[in-house]
Amino acid sequence: MTTSTEQSLGAEATAPEMGMAPIRREHRTVASYLLMPVFLALVCLGLYLYVQSKELDTIEQRALNASRLGTAGWEHVQLTIVSTIFVILIAIPLGVFLTRPFTRRFRGVLLTVANIGQALPTIGVLALFAVAFVFIGFKAAIVGLVAYTVLPVLRNTMVGLQQVDENVLEAGRGMGISKMGVLTRIELPLAVPIILAGVRTALVINVGTAALATYINAGGLGDIIVAGLSTNRLTVQITGAVLTAVLALLVDYLAGIAEDVLRPKGL
Amino acid sequence: MTNFGTVDGTAGRIMIRLENLRKEYPKEPKPAVDDLTLEIPEGEIVILVGPSGCGKTTTMKMINRIIEPTSGRIVVDDKDVTHEDPDQLRRRIGYVIQQIGLFPHQTIAENIATVPKLLGWDAKRIDARIDELLETVSMSPATYRNRYPKQLSGGQRQRVGVARALSGDPAVMLMDEPFGAIDPITRDRLQNEFLRLQAEVRKTIVFVTHDIDEAIKMGDRIAILEEGSRIAQYDTPEQILTAPASDFVADFIGAGASLKRLNLSRVRDIQLTEWPTVARNADGAAVLDALRASDKGCALVLDEQRRPCRWVSAADVQRGDGRAIDEIGLPPDAVVEPQATLNDALNELITANYSVAIVVDAAGVYQGIVDIDHINEAIRGMRTAARAKARAGLVEDRDEDLLTKGTTT
Repeated sequence: MTTSTEQSLGAEATAPEMGMAPIRREHRTVASYLLMPVFLALVCLGLYLYVQSKELDTIEQRALNASRLGTAGWEHVQLTIVSTIFVILIAIPLGVFLTRPFTRRFRGVLLTVANIGQALPTIGVLALFAVAFVFIGFKAAIVGLVAYTVLPVLRNTMVGLQQVDENVLEAGRGMGISKMGVLTRIELPLAVPIILAGVRTALVINVGTAALATYINAGGLGDIIVAGLSTNRLTVQITGAVLTAVLALLVDYLAGIAEDVLRPKGL
Repeated sequence: MTNFGTVDGTAGRIMIRLENLRKEYPKEPKPAVDDLTLEIPEGEIVILVGPSGCGKTTTMKMINRIIEPTSGRIVVDDKDVTHEDPDQLRRRIGYVIQQIGLFPHQTIAENIATVPKLLGWDAKRIDARIDELLETVSMSPATYRNRYPKQLSGGQRQRVGVARALSGDPAVMLMDEPFGAIDPITRDRLQNEFLRLQAEVRKTIVFVTHDIDEAIKMGDRIAILEEGSRIAQYDTPEQILTAPASDFVADFIGAGASLKRLNLSRVRDIQLTEWPTVARNADGAAVLDALRASDKGCALVLDEQRRPCRWVSAADVQRGDGRAIDEIGLPPDAVVEPQATLNDALNELITANYSVAIVVDAAGVYQGIVDIDHINEAIRGMRTAARAKARAGLVEDRDEDLLTKGTTT
């Protein structure tokens, strides 16, 4: 080895690309971003052509018109979005709270409560509200959905915060960043990918489970499915089921884009 | 039990003073740091070195209160900071840890800007500071400013770590095994670079390591610590190598203290040998003239900027048949800079063709030659000086003992 530091430095400066690892990010091509919407549009088109090809009786006509489907779909979207917003508002602050050193004592208790929430079947919770408290409609459905999906977001928030490199935090504290500053500027940004994965899970669960809200008169695409079931009209059932599935895939797709966009650079 | 490390009057102003510092952990019978008193002079690198678990890191982390002391006082820059707001304190103290801890989601520039932003500098000043610091650690701002930590090699990350710690221009820096996780070659280079940087910035640095060789190389002063952060010896590297205070210290230094001493002196500290040189555009006759005028077997050919470009001996000239003198002979190997240690120089000259090392300055301009005799002489000189100093220290201690006895009776 030469002891001429200048010389070796020069050598490194002329080869700055050496030892440089490219940032590994899943750079999706535009084509792959378009794949899912095109697929979903084709499914909807196929469904439309299928329904058109059928001779509809009066019951089916009443169930399968644009305004009825539109209302049900919009109610479904509302149920999903509102419940997910509440989940985010509850689970993320709770996750932050439960990863602070001073909450070690009641961490276990709160996690158990959240676990119970997910262990209960949503349909059971909704039925319980309706029978025991005569609590039905949109708000009751939201409570049921939230209880069910707090856990995945809470768990991901906690895991996301706990996986942040201890040394990065020590460096931050050692430079005189306040505790709050370390949380908002280092811990949370570094936990974003994992928290977002939890939110995406919650969204998808909520889209699916919101189909049950029809049983407590909270609307949603479940209305169409149940109408088809109770009147024994297969076309109606298929329409409700396919639309629910399309909505779930669309929500998952949009959440995936949000994850890509919101993930901090450099990770 | 006394546990103190004070410095003699030759040192400068005391920058950091730890007074009766103690750290106890619950459920542990022995304190991690046991009543430690330590003075750290301004502008020096003080190394805390000792076996694992001796409390050296705990001691260092109490200075910026990452770890809160159980009792005792911390004085930094003549100000008692034991109860000051730790965030404010830390902004004035640079902090480098082994794992560096760069913020992965921020660019190099944002990482370096952390402390200046906390100190409320304006954007223009911060920008200028980032460029200045990247230049200081030999990284081109244009290339690296907007990179993310993941895109850098380990050595580059460590440099950014040092730049980040220097960003707020702190008077004091704490470094916890900063070069511990780096391969030996890069570590050596970073150590040299850091010493050169320190010669410019003159910070007060507390440096923790478990590697005695690193301690000897980097330290102006070394505190060798035993369990409980008890000071086994607190002195200059020369004194510690020459006159270990106890068996513990001697064991810790290990074998080869004489060779280690070579790490203490730098090429610039010793007298360089004159050597016959000729300009590149001269001819073979000039080489022979120069050789005849000296007792050496070969001449060094220098180019227009006086940079070494060739070793040429009389035999080379005869065999060269009138070829230009920079085309005959041997390439100049074993080139060292003035801040290289004698150990580096020795290592180079052992393998060199003519058993000498060429000294050049930062621009590559020829300064002189180091040979084995000079290194020998330097070692002898150091040993004599250190012995004399150790002897003087013993006499002082005995006098103090007599004085204390006198007052108690």
